[in-house]
Amino acid sequence: MNHWIVAPIVLPAVIAPFIIMVIRYHLDLQRIFSVASIVALNIIAVVLLMQASTGEIQVYELGDWPAPFGIVLVLDRLSAMMVLLTTLLSLAVVLYVIGSGWDARGRHFHALLQFQLMGVLGAFLTGDAFNLFVFFEVLLIASYGLMIHSGGGKRLAAGVQYVVYNLLGSTLFLFALGTLYAVTGTLNMADLAARVAELPADDTALLRVGAVLLLLVFAIKAAVLPLHFWLPASYANAPLPVAALFAIMTKVGAYAILRFYTQVFGPDVAATEGLVGDWLLPAAMLTLAVGAIGILGAKEIGRLMAFGAIASMGTLLIAISLFTPQGAAAAMYYMIHSTLTAGLIFLIADLIMERRGGAIVPHRPMPQIGLIASLYFVAAIALAGMPPLSGFVGKLLVMDAARDAGLGDTTWVIWAFILVSSLVTIVGLARAGSILFWKSYDPDFVNELESDALPKIDEETRIEPDPLETAPEPMPALSFVAAFGLLIGLVLLTVLSGPVLDYTTATADQIFDRAAYLETVLKRP
Amino acid sequence: MEILVATAVGVLTASGIYLVLRQRTFPVIVGISLLSYAVNVFLFATGRLVINAPPILNKYEDVPYTDPLPQALVLTAIVISFGMTAVIVMIALSSYLTNRDDRIDMIDDAGEDA
Repeated sequence: MNHWIVAPIVLPAVIAPFIIMVIRYHLDLQRIFSVASIVALNIIAVVLLMQASTGEIQVYELGDWPAPFGIVLVLDRLSAMMVLLTTLLSLAVVLYVIGSGWDARGRHFHALLQFQLMGVLGAFLTGDAFNLFVFFEVLLIASYGLMIHSGGGKRLAAGVQYVVYNLLGSTLFLFALGTLYAVTGTLNMADLAARVAELPADDTALLRVGAVLLLLVFAIKAAVLPLHFWLPASYANAPLPVAALFAIMTKVGAYAILRFYTQVFGPDVAATEGLVGDWLLPAAMLTLAVGAIGILGAKEIGRLMAFGAIASMGTLLIAISLFTPQGAAAAMYYMIHSTLTAGLIFLIADLIMERRGGAIVPHRPMPQIGLIASLYFVAAIALAGMPPLSGFVGKLLVMDAARDAGLGDTTWVIWAFILVSSLVTIVGLARAGSILFWKSYDPDFVNELESDALPKIDEETRIEPDPLETAPEPMPALSFVAAFGLLIGLVLLTVLSGPVLDYTTATADQIFDRAAYLETVLKRP
Repeated sequence: MEILVATAVGVLTASGIYLVLRQRTFPVIVGISLLSYAVNVFLFATGRLVINAPPILNKYEDVPYTDPLPQALVLTAIVISFGMTAVIVMIALSSYLTNRDDRIDMIDDAGEDA
């Protein structure tokens, strides 16, 4: 057995308790270990990607119990790609956090970050539905800690909402798993797929209920329209570098939808035929529309970026909900783009917020305005899907897949939603950008606004910094290195569109080839 | 037996959802606890209800047994929901102590979509 597969879960699971128990009072050591762990994870992810790109599906049986009796980890092209994407994003985030000194504003940032990575990477690698639930809980409980990092009244209130919403989601997840178990008697994804395909066509009511409940859970994670309410308040009030890391969490929902509704409840399975795509496609289009309108109406920079993240989830889910190999390939390309872009825009939002507060109102020129403005400009191009960056290529691929999916007149509706929302996004981002960077500054007018706009620090309840943790000097250069790193990632994604698309196409073929997956995981012909 | 369990799950879920929709933190937390009890009983029932049978397969004689897997799942779910409840109590408490207000909605400062 190839033990590299379990390394992305074991490494952060060892480093995080080590950080808490041994070096909790030494911020410098925590930073060194955290960065070293993430660099090592990146190397492991590259190794795994190289192994997976041969097209072979590898199975890691925990405790050497064969599936479906034990829990298995499955490494295929899709999970290897998602693992590398996560580690790259987290490298940028951890560098930014160290550069901006965010990790010194509260305790245990690095330990929580490692636990979060453990949960996300585990969710991408697992081949067992209940294990997926457990990794969801690991990543959620770490995200609760990160969400309220460094405290503050508004952030805590938003944190309570976020936790309540996700606890409800977890309860729903358990109901869905229970229903599926009651019908099929298994929770291993491959075994589930085999049993679902064998189910008699006239006895599927309970299974369909389970499948839809599961879709609701993943839709909460992915912030699909009627279930997106948690996202703007949570992301805008979380520390913005943490929101950049959370960019991967919505993708966990999208990944789970892609995984479950192609391999388990695939479009060719009679029991659940037409169940998901018919609902998901309109919801995804509305998500895109609401995201674009939200960008247009946002009064605060965190909220602007949160709606940007919702809009990109909308486009991504349109591509997924086509449930064709071509759509899945486009979705995966867009997923890489969308994760890097969402990370980048939240880092830029934090750069701006640290210098002039979060409100989108005229303000005296901030330091390094030229550099930040040009970063914002490039990120806005990527977010809106304008040429020359990868957002354009991604949207083109999604539209192309929608045309070839054989939907008839619906194609035009999808095209209209994507194109019009791109326009609205451009207008909204241009409006915000011109107020933030160009609007002339009138001291008398602005002083009034500033008094409400700047974040107020409540002296009475402010959390005092730990005297043992002497706050080190921020290193702004490192923050810019992180932001430019993500930008370089986007440029590379654009330049290397051809090879990346070849990889995602092969990935899509692999996840639609259910027989090979079952054969490898269950070791039966 | 089935009626009893089904009613229990239904009543717990209904009361849980009612409480979660309240505006103060405390009823919401109680509601989430009720929902997690409901889901635990529900998970337990997914292995079919069998009375007075051990969760052990006997290979020497054909005796009734109950499905052990849901019991393991319920154990995991109980531990997780217990931990999560502790976390949300702490976060809600610090939010209340900071804001001097235990409303769950953020009407004042977060706008219409909070």
